[in-house]
Amino acid sequence: MDIEKYIASGILELYVAGALSDAENIDIQAYADAHPEIQQEIEAIEAAILQLTKSTSPGMPNTAFEVIKKRSNPDVVSLTTKKPVFTYLGWAASLLFAAGMLWMYLEKDKLSTSIQLVEEERQTLEEQLDGLKETLADKEQTERILQELRSKEIEVVALGGQNVAPTSYAKVYWNKKERKVYVDGKGLPEPPEGYDYQVWSLTLQPLTPTSIGVLSNFKGNSTHIFELKNDNTSEAFGITLEPKGGSETPNLEQLYTLGTVGP
Amino acid sequence: MAEELNRLILKFQNKDTVAFEKLYGMYAENICGVINGIIKNPERSQELCQDVFVRIWEKSAAYNPSKGRFFTWILNIARNMAIDELRSKSHKNQKQNLNTTTFVDIVTGSDNLDNAMDTIGLESLLKGLKEKCILLIDLLYFKGYTQKEAAEALEKPLGTIKTRLRACISKLRKQLKQ
Repeated sequence: MDIEKYIASGILELYVAGALSDAENIDIQAYADAHPEIQQEIEAIEAAILQLTKSTSPGMPNTAFEVIKKRSNPDVVSLTTKKPVFTYLGWAASLLFAAGMLWMYLEKDKLSTSIQLVEEERQTLEEQLDGLKETLADKEQTERILQELRSKEIEVVALGGQNVAPTSYAKVYWNKKERKVYVDGKGLPEPPEGYDYQVWSLTLQPLTPTSIGVLSNFKGNSTHIFELKNDNTSEAFGITLEPKGGSETPNLEQLYTLGTVGP
Repeated sequence: MAEELNRLILKFQNKDTVAFEKLYGMYAENICGVINGIIKNPERSQELCQDVFVRIWEKSAAYNPSKGRFFTWILNIARNMAIDELRSKSHKNQKQNLNTTTFVDIVTGSDNLDNAMDTIGLESLLKGLKEKCILLIDLLYFKGYTQKEAAEALEKPLGTIKTRLRACISKLRKQLKQ
């Protein structure tokens, strides 16, 4: 082989750079072993590269090799393994923090659910209390009405069903002294939507109706007993079905019940 | 001289710390210089250089003299670690790009270093070296490009890379003799 030509090709520079394949490297090493000129040339190239690379070094500290020796000794904890431990510690801490936050969130959620339940319970109890109060008030009212109806001042007038509703009936309890009537409408059918029963005081000769009031909220009054004022010297009472709120004059075609006051 | 180096390497491979220290003395500055030429961060280069020597001690058995020079072996390890470093997070914020800078772009100006270590400064070393030479040396010795990769990067035929490198290194060697 032409050694000079081989050296001049530049392949040895590439060899020192490590820019060749394993196969090429093995060939060159074999040539270098066989030809001292090639070996010398390789060393000369390497020396130049060593000079060049040294010139870009900031300088290694004098203590550097001691550090390397310590780190290379497996008995001493290596610095390279220390770093990841701290990294993992950071991760572990953040995981722990996240878990803590999640736990707090779940606890808070539990608490708000409890608060909501307690609030619902309180509302139910309040409603029950309201119901009881109403029942009590109703009871008191009924009691009072019963007392009134038993008074000896009361005159009872039975009102019988008329053409429109033959099976219906009503009773008027009239306290002349206190000038009021209790109308018991239990025998009347529920008025249709948009209509009210209206109670009339009647004088018979001539027949003159005077309104004494409307049985408002018929449906909502469980006893169907209504208290109305009556200043009239009534001879009879009649109940007609009128548009909601009542009328000026009775619609006699819708006369449900009628009854005369006894002598 | 070659035999002496071979014996030293063999001892090193047999976990002889004295041989290790000698090899460190021979190549530490070069390795540090190569790393600095790539990452351009003096402090970090010193740390990475230590990492390289810890690595070669651990992997000493992996060196096969028939496949290349010992220096070439550690040079390769150092380059890989430095390039990894450059690609890692810690360097992302720095506006350094492997492809747009060369070893010439290191922060220079420490004259006392030249005095202390009896070396020739980078500037005087590269005096008279053409830009294309610096580029080629950077790719092949610092960045660890293969001949083929360098040919592709510079858009030149493989043969041109070889002959041009020969010319560039010869020029560098002349510079050293002065």
